[in-house]
This record gives sequence, C-alpha cells and structure tokens, in this order.
Amino acid sequence: MSHSDHSLSIAAPHSGTLDGPQKAALTLAALGVLALLISLPMNTVPHAGLWLVGALLAIAIGVVGYAWRSYAHHPAGIKNNGVWHTGLTSRGAVAWQVGVMLTSFYIVLYFFPQYLGLAGEGHANTGIIALFDPLSRLLGGNPASQWFVYGTLYTVAILSMGTKFILKYRHNKYEVVRTISVMFFQLGFAFLIPEILARLSLPYNDFKNMWPLNYSFFDSWNVQGLLSTGGFGLFMLLFGVAMIFLISPILTYFYGKRWYCSWVCGCGGLAETAGDPFRQLSDKSVKAWKLERWMIHSVLVFAVVMTAALIYSYLGGDSAKGFWLTRGMLLGIIAIVLGSVGVVLLVRPVMVKELNNTVRFIALGILLVIIGLTAYAYIIGSSDIFFVQSYSLRKAYGFAIGAIFSGVVGVGFYPLLGSRVWCRFGCPMAAVLGMQQRFFSRFRITTNGGQCISCGNCSTYCEMGIDVRSYAQRGENIVRSSCVGCGICAAVCPRGVLKLENGKPSSRFSSDPIAIGKTGATLR
Amino acid sequence: MNDPRIVIIGNGISGITAARHIRKHSDAQITVIGKESEHFFSRTALMYVYMGHMRYQDIKPYEDHFWEKNRIGLKQGTVQRIDTEQKKVELTDGATLPYDSLIIATGSASNTFGWPGQDLPGVQGLYSLQDLEAMEENTKGIRRAVIVGGGLIGVEMSEMLRTRNIAVTFLVREDTFWGSILPKQEADMIVRHMQEHGVELKFNTELKEIVAGDDGRVAAVRTKGGEEMACGFVGLAVGVHPNIAWLKGSPVIMADKGVLVNEHLETSASDVYAIGDCVEFHKNPDPQRKNIEQVWYTGRLMGETVARTITGERTAYDPGIWFNSAKFFDIEYQTYGWVRNERQEGEAEHYWEHPNGRSAVHLVWNAGDRVLHGVNSFGFRLRQEVFDRWLHEKATVDHVVKHLHEAAFDPELYKRMAPAIRASFNTTNKVTA
Repeated sequence: MSHSDHSLSIAAPHSGTLDGPQKAALTLAALGVLALLISLPMNTVPHAGLWLVGALLAIAIGVVGYAWRSYAHHPAGIKNNGVWHTGLTSRGAVAWQVGVMLTSFYIVLYFFPQYLGLAGEGHANTGIIALFDPLSRLLGGNPASQWFVYGTLYTVAILSMGTKFILKYRHNKYEVVRTISVMFFQLGFAFLIPEILARLSLPYNDFKNMWPLNYSFFDSWNVQGLLSTGGFGLFMLLFGVAMIFLISPILTYFYGKRWYCSWVCGCGGLAETAGDPFRQLSDKSVKAWKLERWMIHSVLVFAVVMTAALIYSYLGGDSAKGFWLTRGMLLGIIAIVLGSVGVVLLVRPVMVKELNNTVRFIALGILLVIIGLTAYAYIIGSSDIFFVQSYSLRKAYGFAIGAIFSGVVGVGFYPLLGSRVWCRFGCPMAAVLGMQQRFFSRFRITTNGGQCISCGNCSTYCEMGIDVRSYAQRGENIVRSSCVGCGICAAVCPRGVLKLENGKPSSRFSSDPIAIGKTGATLR
Repeated sequence: MNDPRIVIIGNGISGITAARHIRKHSDAQITVIGKESEHFFSRTALMYVYMGHMRYQDIKPYEDHFWEKNRIGLKQGTVQRIDTEQKKVELTDGATLPYDSLIIATGSASNTFGWPGQDLPGVQGLYSLQDLEAMEENTKGIRRAVIVGGGLIGVEMSEMLRTRNIAVTFLVREDTFWGSILPKQEADMIVRHMQEHGVELKFNTELKEIVAGDDGRVAAVRTKGGEEMACGFVGLAVGVHPNIAWLKGSPVIMADKGVLVNEHLETSASDVYAIGDCVEFHKNPDPQRKNIEQVWYTGRLMGETVARTITGERTAYDPGIWFNSAKFFDIEYQTYGWVRNERQEGEAEHYWEHPNGRSAVHLVWNAGDRVLHGVNSFGFRLRQEVFDRWLHEKATVDHVVKHLHEAAFDPELYKRMAPAIRASFNTTNKVTA
C-alpha cells in the first residue's frame, strides 16, 4: 500500500491545503529569498545594508509566522500529520527539486564563489557577497567573503527554523531547551564571537568546533596564526587541545555524545532545526547500519592519518621553525595516544568485552600501521609519513570530506536521505564520541518494561537511522554509538516507553525486561 | 530425528511472538499462516499510516529478510479446516500443512449489531489492514463522519479523521466515554480533550439505523432518540469478538465465544493450542481478569508461554501484574494494577489532576491495610519496573506516594509531577504513622 499521490505543496504540518495566513507567511519568506537572489548579477548593490536586513527579516518572519500559524493554535502535541503525504517530506517531486537546488548552492559556494560575487585580490565584491559587505564590516570590520554569506544564512536558518521547532515541540521541555542551546551556540560561538575576534585582530576561532570535525585546526597556518598572537592565541590553541583530550571525554562520559551533537554542534544544529522536517528519511535497514560503520570509521582513520602527516611534515627535524614540538616528540605522542587505544583493544576490559575479534584486529592493525609508518619516516628522516605528500593528503581530505561530504551531500541531500547523513556516515568527531558513548559513558535510552507496541514511530523519526523499535520491543535499553540524543524517539512514542538517561555505566545495557507472573514468561 | 513441525495460524503479535520464541528455544520447523498480509505488522500502528506519520513498511517491526534468516516460514492464505485426526491444516487454496503442534492465533473481528445499513459503502470498522485501505477510500472527499462506539478504536478513528479536517460526531451509548474501564474523573478529562480537538460527543445516544443516499453510499445515521445526522462515513467501533467463525468446520476444537483453553493454553484437541485475542479461558488463571483478554500485551505473554510449552518446558499462563497503555489524541495513558471504573468495596482513592487538564493520576488502595491496588496515569509517564515491584511487594499507598519520583519516567527537564501529587495526597489523606 503506497501513497504515490505526493502533493506538490510545501511541507504542511497538517495535511490538506494551506490557509491564507500560512500562504502569506510563506510568500514573505520566498520574497526574502528572492531579494537575496536579485543581487546576484549586480556589480554594486544599492542600500546593501537595508536591503540585506529587509531580506533576512522577511525570511525569518515568514518562517516563524508560518510555524506560528501551523502550530500555535492547535493543542500542543506531536505534529507529524501528513508527513508521508506531503511531497517535500516524503521524497516527492518537490523534495528532488529542493535537493538539486541545495546541492547546486553548495557546489557554487565551495568551488565557484566568483559567481556569488567574490572579488579577486584588490577588487570590491559584487553580487550577493557585496550585499553582505555592510554586515560583515559592522561585525568583523572586513568585507564579506563567501563564508560570511554562508555563515549568516546558516545562522538565520538555525534561528528561524529553530523557532519553528520550538513551536512544534513546545510541550516537550527537553526539546525546547536543547533547541535554545543549538541556537545560542550557533549565534554566539559560530557566528558572532569569531567576527568579534577578527575585529580585535585576533585569529578567527570557533571555540566549540573541535578537531577532527574542524580538520584545519592543526594546519600550520592555523597553529602559527594562533601562536603569533601571543597569550590569547596560545590559550585558544590549548583550549582546542583540551577540548579534544579533556573536556569532550569528560562531558561524553557523563551525558553521552548528545552534549555535543545535538546541543552544541553547528552541523547538528542545522540538522535539528532546518533538517527536522526530513528526519524520517534516514535509512533504518541493517544494511545501512553496516555501511555506516565502515564509512564513518574510515573517515576517522583518514582524518587521523592526514592530521598526523600534516603536523609531522611542518614540524621539521629541529626547532628551526620555532616550534618546541619536534618530530620525535610527535612520534611519541602518536605512539602513546594510539598505543593506549591499542592496549584497550588488546586487554579488552569489561566495558569493551563484547567487541568482536574481527573489529579488534582490524582496528589494532590500523593503529600499528600508523605508528609503524610514523616511526619509519622518523628513522629514515623523510618529511612525509605515508609515502604521499602530506599536503596532497590534506587537500584530498578537504575536498572529499570537508566540501563534498559534509557540505554538498551532508546538507544538499537533506530532502532525499534525511538530515544526518554527514553526522551518521561521515563525521570523524561523531565517530570518536560514538566509540566513547558506546563503551565508556553513563548515557543510555531506557526502555520501559513491556509497554512497547512495536508501532515504529521511534525508528521512523530517528534521524540517525537507528532501529530503536528493535530494542524497545525486546525490553532492551538502547546503547548505540551513533545516537545523538535528540530525544525525538522518546517524544513520538505513544506509550511512554523510552527515556534518555544517565546512570551507572554497568547498568546501562538492560533493565531486566519485566518478568510476568511468578513462574510465567518474561516480556521480551 | 526430524525437527517437529509447528504450524501457527495467524501472523499477528501473538502468533509471531510464539514463532520467535519457539525459534529461540528450538530448531522446530515453523510455518506461520497469515491472511491479511505477507508480513507481520503492528496492528496498533495502523492509525499512524492513515495520519501520514508512517508508511505501511514502517509499521513492520522486522525487516523482510528477518523471516528467512530465522527460518520462520510464511504462508499467506486462509484456513479451510483443521483435521485433528490426521493432524493437518487445509487451506482454501487446496494446500495442506501437516503439523506436530498447532497454534491458533487468529485474533479478533469487529462487532456489529445487525443495524440496518451496516453493510453500506462508507460504513466500516477498523481492525485489519484491509479496513485501513477501505477507510482511505471511504473517507476521500467527505466532510462529516459519525463514529459509533465509546472506546479505544472510536477515539483512534476520531483522531485519524480529524487529521484530515473531517468533522466527527461520536455517538456513545453510555453517559460517559469508555465508562466500562475509566473512572468518571478521567473519562471527563479525556472528553474535554477530545472536544478541544473538535470532536462532538453525544452521550446516551444509540444508533438505530444507517441511511443510504441516492448514490447507494451512506448519507446519514438515525439514532434511537429520533435524531438524524448527515454524514459521508460511519465508523463502527463497538468492540471486537474472537475471530473463530472459520473454526466451525473443525468441531473437535471446542469453542464458545472464543477457542476454549485451559491455563496451559491447550484446547480440547491434543497438540492444538490457542493464544491471544481468539482465546476464551475456561477460567482465567488470574481471577481478577476476564476469560477473554484482547490486549497487545496479553497476546505477547501467551505467545511466550506457549512457546515454552511447545519447546519442552510446560508452562502455565501467569500474566502477573495487570498493565496497559493507550493514547487519546495528545494524552498518554498508562495503568498498573487495578483501577476499576467504580470503587470496589473497601477501596479508598485519591485523584489528582493538573490544572491544565492534561495530566492526572488516580491511586486506588485497600482502605484497611492501605495496600495499593493500582494506578491510572495520564500525561505522566511511569516506570513499569517500579510499579510492578511495588504491586508485587504489596506496597502501601503511603510508600508509593512518598517514593513516587522513583517511578517517574517523563523526559529530562520536564516539570516534576511527583511533588504536586504528593502535596495533594497529603492534604486529603492525613497519615497516622
């Protein structure tokens, strides 16, 4: 039984036609987008500041007005009516059109910014980038770049669609607070603070953007840039390293990876707000899960290898370049960090007991190869670890992972593959946090005894493609590395079966399924 | 030695649970016969397909490769008769399936009461996948619907129709909603909530007949009170009965309202068992329960129980502490233990309702020793594990209220319900320690 009658309407939270105010709000938002697009062919944009503010306000007010009309005067509750009857949210014709539009936008943004009006050296911006110049000058003091345009639009999307999400889930305080958090981190940490730093002639830095998601953190220009600005730059460098090795592991231990992925991260922020109408499109099959594990861990290995090679290359053999760190010390650090992961894999303490041997030995092999090749390069005095120029590795990573995967596919394919394609299949940060969440964290989703009716709402609305139901219907807790803790499975459950919780790591796998009767069956 | 052949008639939650657990414990050859669909789906989720929350493939709890991987044979077909002498099942398509053990798990069928016009186009119940498909067709382009009933299926159908902006009038024979189960306070709260969603409820109203229009489709209903209501759709949600009409050709298996079984779920024919909605106990092992139980959870329990028996560990059905759950539009409902619609002799109660009218808790206990009998909870999720333990241990209501926060299962950051409930309990129940 399939619904092939996809409507061509824009996502309506209630099936049926849009009413007057909804149409008016959507028209306003569309006019805002149009106002941005009109600037594209212009050499100089008149009244750029006013024009820009007007366009952005029209978009924001249009989206929020539409959401207000759609949700506010209906009783608070789950608003998934018509999701699979609406073309945009069920891979109908409109979804494909939007997908193509988003994908094209990312391709132009990453590879052809000149078409947006990015000026060459010594020239003034034109087109849409010129439209953003006044705002950029106001905040950071410099003319806009394509990244400033992107960052502004990204922030407007998270703020306006975040407000929509809050209206939609206004009965659910976890969702409301979590969404305020992603809106705050996007506006403050990703957008405003870096601009303010620029105004203060300090290096651009998004404090919450950690390596390996922030794969350019250890690039020599970034490190040197940070070091060249004295105490504050050094602080930023140390803070970045502390985020990786200290702050993030501690927070992940206590709360699971959700503290980052669905409360702080910018990619997660966009997925949870603008991507929310598409969360049901993620693939829940076991096949997709297998593919996910191969892909995401391959990207992580790629990121580690690329970064190690890069640092190794620019360190040089001595401290001539001004770094106290030498290649020998880096070899030591790599050996210690990767070696300790290897020891955990070998010794197999209680928490990773259930890791199967194939996985262990593949992982061990990879760790040994990385350590071995680094040591080999050190001994023979080569400046490249992996027999390829580290710079080309870095370039390949930036292109394939940074631009194509996280941008073009990650967001461009929202309407086709769901909102967390990047987070699930590609993000090396999610891979690191996920391993920790799976083996060393207090976080789990608890199943409430035998109350599950196997309806499938939890699995359907899991943006990470976890088949939540397969656990819930057996009375098992959900402990999965990919879970970002968005809480929607618990929200859409009609029988109160799921709860995100932190507790003793030893108890996280199973609250015992309810034993029924004294001698009778156990609901599994 | 050949593995025993096990045939299960019915691929709903009971039959499938039995099949899965037999596979867990044995290498038996398992064949499941299903009439409605090739694969198992969650019947309780049919409403979400109509509302557009999910597609049919989303309400199938197992991927299609699951069955082959677990060596559970699926056969779509209808049973003609059971030959208990030769131990084989005959299908209407001429196929026969020999068995060593047979499990009957054919579920329910919708009730009708011989109303004139009940077979008109546009009049239907909601139980099967075919009913869902019919409802999709029957409600195309209509503006008004009438639901006849007063229970869970009725409120589900109302919710479904409201998502398509179809006006709903709900005819309830009794003077309150689901009055056979819910106490008056809860029923009133749910009624207000349904009205908030635009459902018009008419109590003490009985259907007399359904009237056809010129096109031969339903055009109106008439009540016994003489009222006539125009409508393009009539939903009959007046309960279900065990689906055993097909069993008439197999008289060796005794049946009354349902297939009669003892506490081991054994029928009158040897090696023939029955589980789930289609069962009628001679005497339910739990004297508090009725002899026919039509609940998702009891279907699962019976499936697990019979699987044990068939795989060599003869087990009596022992359903334990009663629990159930439902959702009325936006309000979730959970219950543990027994909260009857009216207080039984010697029972005391406390009812708390949030001022917003969307959360409520009803505690019932024995007035003498203060042991808790049960709890109804609305808009406040409770941990089954904890209430199951308290009810097993015969905890007093005072203990339960004092420790209520331990049973809270609401999402993190939610406003805590327990303190308000405790405060209201303490003001009306001065406890002498």
